[in-house]
Parts: sequence; C-alpha cells; structure tokens
Amino acid sequence: MMKSGPASVEFRSVTKRYGAVTSVDDVSFTIAPGTLVTLLGPSGCGKTTTLRLIAGLEIASEGRILIGGKDVTFLSAADRDVSMVFQSYALFPHMSVLENVAYGPTVQGMPKAKAHALAMEKLALVGLAGLERRAPSELSGGQQQRVAVARALVLEPQVLLFDEPLSNLDAKLRRRVREDIRELQLKLNLTVAYVTHDQEEALAVSDRIIVMSNARIAQSGTPHELYEEPASLFVADFIGDANLVDALVVEEREERALVRVGGLDLDLPRRGATRGPVKLAVRPEAILLAGAKPARPAIAARIAKAAYLGKHLEYTVESPLGELFVIDRVKNEPLVAGADVWLGFADRDVTIVPL
Amino acid sequence: MTRASIIWLVLGWTGFAVLPWYMVADLSGYPTAAAAPGLVLALSGRAWWLLPLLLPLAVAAWPLAGRHGREEGGWWLVAAGALGLALLAIQGFAVGLEGWNAAWLRELLGAPGPQQRGMGFGAALLALASLMTLCHGLAARGWCRGDAFVVSAIGLIVALITVFVFLPVLTILVSAFQDNAGRFAPGEFFAKFIDRSVWGLDCLTSDLRCGVAWNTLFLAVVVGVGTTVLGLAFALIATRTAFRFKGLLRVLSVLPIITPPFVIGLALILMFGRSGSVTALLADWFGVPRSRWIYGFWGIFISQLLAFTPIAFLVLIGVVQGISPSLEEAAQTLRARAWTTFRTVSLPLMRPGLANAFLLGFVESMADFGNPLILGGNYEVLATKIFFAVVGAAHDQSRAAVLSIVLLAFTLGAFWVQHAWLGKRVYTTVTGKGDAGLPPPLPRGVAVACYATAVPWAIFTFIVYAIVLVGGFVRSMGRDYTPTLEHFLTGFRIETTERGLFFSGSAWDSFFATLKVAATAAPLTAAIGLLTAYLLTRQRFAGQRAFEFGTLLSFAIPGTVVGVSYILAFNVPPIEITGTGFILVMCFVFRNMPVGVRSGIATMSQIDKSLDEASLTLGARSFTTVRRVVLPLLRPAIVASLVYSFVRAMTAVSAVIFLVSAEYNMATTYIVGRVEAGEFGLAIAYSSVLIGVMLVAILMIQVVVGERRLGRRTAGALAVQGAAA
Repeated sequence: MMKSGPASVEFRSVTKRYGAVTSVDDVSFTIAPGTLVTLLGPSGCGKTTTLRLIAGLEIASEGRILIGGKDVTFLSAADRDVSMVFQSYALFPHMSVLENVAYGPTVQGMPKAKAHALAMEKLALVGLAGLERRAPSELSGGQQQRVAVARALVLEPQVLLFDEPLSNLDAKLRRRVREDIRELQLKLNLTVAYVTHDQEEALAVSDRIIVMSNARIAQSGTPHELYEEPASLFVADFIGDANLVDALVVEEREERALVRVGGLDLDLPRRGATRGPVKLAVRPEAILLAGAKPARPAIAARIAKAAYLGKHLEYTVESPLGELFVIDRVKNEPLVAGADVWLGFADRDVTIVPL
Repeated sequence: MTRASIIWLVLGWTGFAVLPWYMVADLSGYPTAAAAPGLVLALSGRAWWLLPLLLPLAVAAWPLAGRHGREEGGWWLVAAGALGLALLAIQGFAVGLEGWNAAWLRELLGAPGPQQRGMGFGAALLALASLMTLCHGLAARGWCRGDAFVVSAIGLIVALITVFVFLPVLTILVSAFQDNAGRFAPGEFFAKFIDRSVWGLDCLTSDLRCGVAWNTLFLAVVVGVGTTVLGLAFALIATRTAFRFKGLLRVLSVLPIITPPFVIGLALILMFGRSGSVTALLADWFGVPRSRWIYGFWGIFISQLLAFTPIAFLVLIGVVQGISPSLEEAAQTLRARAWTTFRTVSLPLMRPGLANAFLLGFVESMADFGNPLILGGNYEVLATKIFFAVVGAAHDQSRAAVLSIVLLAFTLGAFWVQHAWLGKRVYTTVTGKGDAGLPPPLPRGVAVACYATAVPWAIFTFIVYAIVLVGGFVRSMGRDYTPTLEHFLTGFRIETTERGLFFSGSAWDSFFATLKVAATAAPLTAAIGLLTAYLLTRQRFAGQRAFEFGTLLSFAIPGTVVGVSYILAFNVPPIEITGTGFILVMCFVFRNMPVGVRSGIATMSQIDKSLDEASLTLGARSFTTVRRVVLPLLRPAIVASLVYSFVRAMTAVSAVIFLVSAEYNMATTYIVGRVEAGEFGLAIAYSSVLIGVMLVAILMIQVVVGERRLGRRTAGALAVQGAAA
C-alpha cells in the first residue's frame, strides 16, 4: 500500500442542509497537514456534521471540499483516504479484534496474511498485542477504543477523524487516552480532525481549535488565542466559563483602554473597542475575594453559594455587576454563604470582548 | 467512466444487437425471423420504431471518446439512461399486438399500424442496462453520497415496483372506465359502480339479499371484532396468568401460518356439512335434521375467526408484553385496585394494539378468497364476486375491475384510518432503560372472562386440526371411518417402471410446480425486501417517504385484486408473461415483500449505524459493507422473511387462481378444484402433505441460514447490544 503522508483539509463555503434545517452554514477553513484541529461546540452546532462531511458520510449541499488539494466534494466515503474513530467505536461484533483491524486492508484486496501482519503491527502500536483473538465485547471500554484507533490507523490514511472519542470513557481514563492520541498524532505525523464538546479536552490536545455555534464558525485559532482573546461573547462563555460583565470604556489609549467597571478602573488591551459600553469577559479565577475591606478600591458583594472541591473553592457571588462565578485556587480561608466580601480583579484573564 | 458503467454499456449493446428482442419460444431462424435481435429488426425495417434506440446507446458511449470529468461524464450517462428508458416505454406502449394501441395514433397514422409482441430477453437487458446507466450517472453527480450501489439499488427497486405494483393497479383503474372492447366508457363505470348488486340494502327491508359490498364490509367488521376479542383473551392468558398450557397457545399461533387458508373451511365442511361427522352425530343421537347452514355467513365467519385469531394474538401479545410493568405498579402505589388499574392504565395503553389487531382482521377478512369460495354458498363477498366476473360465464373484465376498485378502496381506507388515527399518538412504553417491575396478575373477573372465551375456542381449533390430520387417512369423514391410504395413493403414487421412477399420482405436477415457484420466490423476496429495508433505514435520499409507501402498498392490495390486475396488465405487450412461471414468482415476490421490509427494518434499527459507516471509511464500498457487515448481523430477519415468503407462496390462493396455467398449476388451486369436485379426501390428504412440507422447509431454512452464526455468536450478540446502548 502506498504511504501517502498527511494531507491538508480545506472547506470552501460548505453548506449542508437537511430539508429546511441547515446544520452547516457557509463554513470555510483549512487544516494544515500534520496538525491536530479540534471542532468544538455545544451539541447541535454542526461539528459532527462537519466531521462527517470530511469523511464523505455526508455530501455537501453547496461548496467544495478538498483533501490534499484534490477536490473530493462528490467522492464517496469508500473512495476518500480518510479514516474515522466513531463515538461508539463501531467495532464489528461478529469479527475478532484482529479481523476488525484487518478489515480495511482485506476489503481493499490485500492478501489475508499480509493484512493480518499489518493489523498486528498496529495493534502492537496501540499496546494491544496478545488480545487479537478476543471478540470486541470481551475487552474493556478503553481497550475497545484502542482497537478502534488501530483499525482507523491501519490504512495509514491522509486524514484521521475522531468523533468524541473520549465520551464513553470514565473521567480518569480520559486524560490518559487523550494524551495517547496526541502522542500518536505527533509520532506518526498525522492530520487529525477531532470533535468534542469538552473545552478542556480541546485546549489540551489541539494545535488549533475551531469553535462552532449555530452551524457557523464562531472563532478559530490556537488554544491560547481562544482563551486569551475570545472574539465573541459566545466563545468567551463557552471556553473557560467567563463571567460576562457590563463595563464602560472611558478613555482610548492607543493599544490599550481605560475601562470602568463597578466603580473600579482597569487598564486593558483595547482590542478595537471604542468609547462607550462594552462587555468584559472575566475568568472565574480572575476575581479576587477578600473577607475584610482591602486598602485598594473594591466592590462590596455577598456570597450566595459556596462549594468546597478539595483542589479549589467555588463561589456564586451576588454583586452590583450581577451574579458572578468565582474560583479560588489559592484557598484562602473558606467563606460561608451569606458572608459579606469585597471583589477585586486580577491583572490577567480580564478581556474586552468585541461586540 | 467507471468500469461498471462500461460493462452496462456493453450489456446494453448485447441486449440490442445480439439477444432475441421479442419473447420467443425457440431460437429457430436466429438471427433473422422471429428470434431476431432488435438491431436487425430495426435496420431491416421490420420494426423501424426500434431505430431511435441507437441514440441512447451512442450517447452512453460518448464519455468514452473524450476526456470528461466524473461529473460531466455523469450528465451524459444520465441523459443516455433516461432517453433509453423513455424510448423503450414509448415504443412498447404505442405499438401493440394489433397495431397502434391508442385511438389517436390510429387516426393520425392510419389503422391498424405496425404490430409487435411482448418484450423478450434483448429488450429486458437493454431496459436494465439503461436503468443502471441512469443510476451510475446520477451517482457520478453526487446522488446518495456518490454511491453507485445505493443509487442502482434504489433505481432497481423503484423500477420493479413501478412495473409490478403500480402498472397493474393503474391498468385496473383504467380498465374500470372502459367497456370490454377497450373504449372509454365512464357511463358504464357508474352504472356498474352504483349497481344494486353492489350497494343494495334489500336485506334490511325484505328477504332479498344485500349488496356484495355491504356483505363484505359487515363480515369484515364482525371478523375484526371477533379476532381482536379472542386474540386479547389469548394474549392476556399467555402473559398475565399462570396458565399451565402456554406452550400449546404458542403452537396454536403458529399452525394457521402454515395452513392454506381454505383448509379450515374444508375441515368445517367435514364437521358440519350435510354429511359431516358432527352433523351425523347430531342427526343420529338427537334427531337434529341435516342442513346446509354452514354454507353461508356462519361458515365464512367461523372459518375466518379460526384462521385470523392467531394474527390478532401475535399482535396483541407484543403489545401486552410491551406495557412497562412499572406503569401498572405506579398506578397501584397510587391506591388503584387491580380492576381500576386494568381499566385506566393497561387497557388504554393497549389501544394501538387493539386497533392494529382489528384492522388486520378486517383487511384479512376482506382479502380472504379461499373460505368464501368453498363455504360461501349464497353469501357473496367481493373477492369471490370478482373471481366469477373474470372466470364465470359472463366474463366481464370491466365489472371485475370496478369491484376490485371497491375492494381496494375498502382496504386502503382501512390502512389510511389506521395511519391517521395511530400515526400521531405515541404509546412508547418500552424504553432503553431496564425495568425491574413485575406485571400484576389479572383482575379475577377479567381472567375468568378470558378463560371462558379462549379455552373452548382453543379446544375447537384443536379438533379442527385433528380432522385435517385424520381426514386424509379415512375413507370418508362422517360416513365411513375405515382407515385407508387411498387418498394419498391417488395424489402421490410413485411407480417403478423400467425407465426408473414414474410419478403417476395426480397431485405431483402441481406439487413440483408449487415447490419450484416457492423456492424461487422466497430468496428473491427476502433479497428485495431486505435491500429495501437497508435503503430505508441506512440511506437518506429524496422521495424516501414515497419510496416507502410504494414498497408497502402491495400489502394493502387484496390478492384477488392483484390477480385481476396482473392478468389485465401482463396479458398484452409490452410485458406479456401470463401463463408463465415468471408471473407467479413476481406476484409472490411483490405480495410478500412488505414483510421482509418490516422485519429487516426492525432488525436493522437495532444495529448501530456507525458499524456501516466505519466499514465505509475503511474503504469498503456499500456492496462490500452490506455483504460483510450488515448481512451477518441480519440473520434473524433473513430467516423470518425466507420462511414467510416460502410459506405464503405455498399457501396463497386468491391471486394465483387467476394466474395458474396448465403448465404451472399450484397446489392450492389444485386442492380448491378437488373440493369443488367433492373429492374431500384427496383435498385434505394433499393439505396435510403441504403442511408437512412447510414444517420441513422451515426447519431447513433455520439450519442453513442459522448454522453460520454459531462461531462467535454469543459474544457477538452481547456486542450488538453494547454498541446500541
């Protein structure tokens, strides 16, 4: 079999409609060869449809899809050099682990012995050597997941797709498996598109993230860009649970701006904002709570709910700015519900959101 | 152009230029004379109307010449395929056996015009090649995710349904508006339609008989209610009581499926006829005078009740089992007594099942032909009336068509009511979640009522079957109980001669013909049914709802109507196949296909769709995916549809009685003939042989299809559940 190496994926104004419902609306992006790009968004935002469009399991209603520079818009899934790891793993229950992994090469017409050798190689790669005679149902969830990955890798596809691969695993296993996937992607230099609704997972594994909302791309960029400079209220809210607070730009200072919020003045990057009302995205960690009135200016507020989570403390605070969600990782003395507190802002993780 | 579309192009040329164009009995004179290929006929001028067919064949070859993209080449293929099909249809319907078919063509181009016979292998192959070229072109245009197999499968099924379901129905509609000479005569239609013999209500006011439509409707309603009540009683006993003989109930529910429908009527004659065994007993012991009461409404009613109660039972047992016990337990924890729970929770939840059971009984009674034929006496129903309109002395085809439309309207109306009434309600009580509840026992009164209806009925059914079993081995039921093998010898004698075995029994011909037709039809039915189910569950395409309607439509058409419509549609060119085994096979395939579709859909919706998609992304085409992933997981549905279609092909009477010929006489029509001739012994012996053969066939299908699943099946079954969870 010819090794084709990683390829780019390009969407040019792709739209997918089901009757009156548009699930992907005029979407354009490019995935560079050898990178891992995450499609992130709430359920129903069109991210899985986008993935299935890459795979060829759906055909675009409008627009063009290119893989490795070649137009594949109307090519069926079987003719595209793309493999996919399914959310349910989709292991064939009537075949053994080995037959599952060897399925791809076998149906391409490769002799059985050669196909099995290739499959054994990939099984060893994912650390499942010795389990090849088992039926999929005799494996644990994590092992089944690795069989699915081995089966997708065996054809050495130009593009590998993951549809929420961690959603059926328990919380502990998720971190390990996502690290394994990233390691494999870097080691084999694969182009990977990865769908998830978990922002932490996306931040952890991606070279770039495409955030989708209502069938459109809300923002795309590196994890750092998305977290630090959200382009919209939706992105700010979806990634890192930001508090969205009304504020007023009182002075434009070239690249920076003086922003007044709840009586406090903050000096922030301007990000194109002009004088007048704006929204601030304030990360939960960026709100500092003090039990006693501090020396510097502060906003008086009251703890509505408090939760002790071991590693950190979570508070819901009622303030003149509205209800705020606060995380205290420093673990000051735990505050109790009903206590009066004073709010301040940290130097970072407070951002002006362009409207 | 893909390799497949080149192959279809070559096959198209083969059909046009090599194979005999018309249906011929032998190849004498090939390649000229009657067996000539289309190209020869067209060029020699004997069938100049075939000349335009060269155009699509040339268009299909065009992409070979130039270097076209996949999509542009697709356009050429679409154009060629559509043009080919259109030209074939136009010439086929324009030029008939006796010249131009349409009056305006005769006027325009002069009567009688050119003549031609029914299409043969050449024409059929060219039609198929055109269809496949069209489908490959559409696939190249991106239809169905660019999947040529899927588009071809859809195209093939649509074409088959058009020819074997819609065309006959359309023909019957058209011929209802024509007189027997083929002229348009709406006046005659209305005269026949509102005829007193159809809609008359004289029986309410005088001794005269009511119209046949009212007879049929009344019988169907009574039978529907009766089977539903009995079926519910059986279902409640089977699921909600500690009844000891539940196994027997199961047997009871299977027996009628493998019984030719008129056998029960036959057994009733042997018991209650003028010289029946029960009649004889009553006459001898109590002096009850012998009478012919069984021939008429009561005979049909009892036989249909016996025949169709198991169907209601099968529907209702699923519904009763499907009611989540937690719901009933919830009612009880809210202080509802057993009877209140049953009345306010259980019974309302069964409502869709009850409606379904009633409608099935209703439709089955309407469509039943065998029992009214042998038991009807003076009580006429539509099914038999249609039959006698075609084969009787009057031979009034347009009257048969009009009556068929009345019958069709009734059954389609019933299905429409069912759909409209049940379609919008959701009664889902089976969820994916486990249910730890225990169903409560029946309230006492209900249990007693169930036993009181069901047990006598069950005993009666067993007596009926005992008579079927015994009747073949005695000289004459009711008169002479001397044991004899005479009936079996008459039907199934085998003699050894010097040239080997000689099947001299009178039943052998129809027996072998039936086996041949049933064995051909069963795999075809299963294949087409499951393919349709695959397309409906696994693919999305424009017009899917219409496609589904078309595939299930034949289920709602009574057999008698199918029979009449087939002889009307396929007795004349372009498709002239009456009298062949082929028409019987096709009739069975499209009558029984809906069951294959249903069981396929049920099984396939339990298999995770991403299994197919995984196979696709691994480079397997749809066909390979179906073969290697879907089919192995589909074995239960394969068994179900094979068994059903085989059994139905062995037991059907209504449609085939119009379609049999001297060469292809079916077992059922032969038996009906014996009954009409009064040879009850032979008829009943033959029936028990048929039942035995079907039991053997069912076991064989189980073994052949089921064996392969042994390997890793236990683990596989678990994983299917796991994947679906």
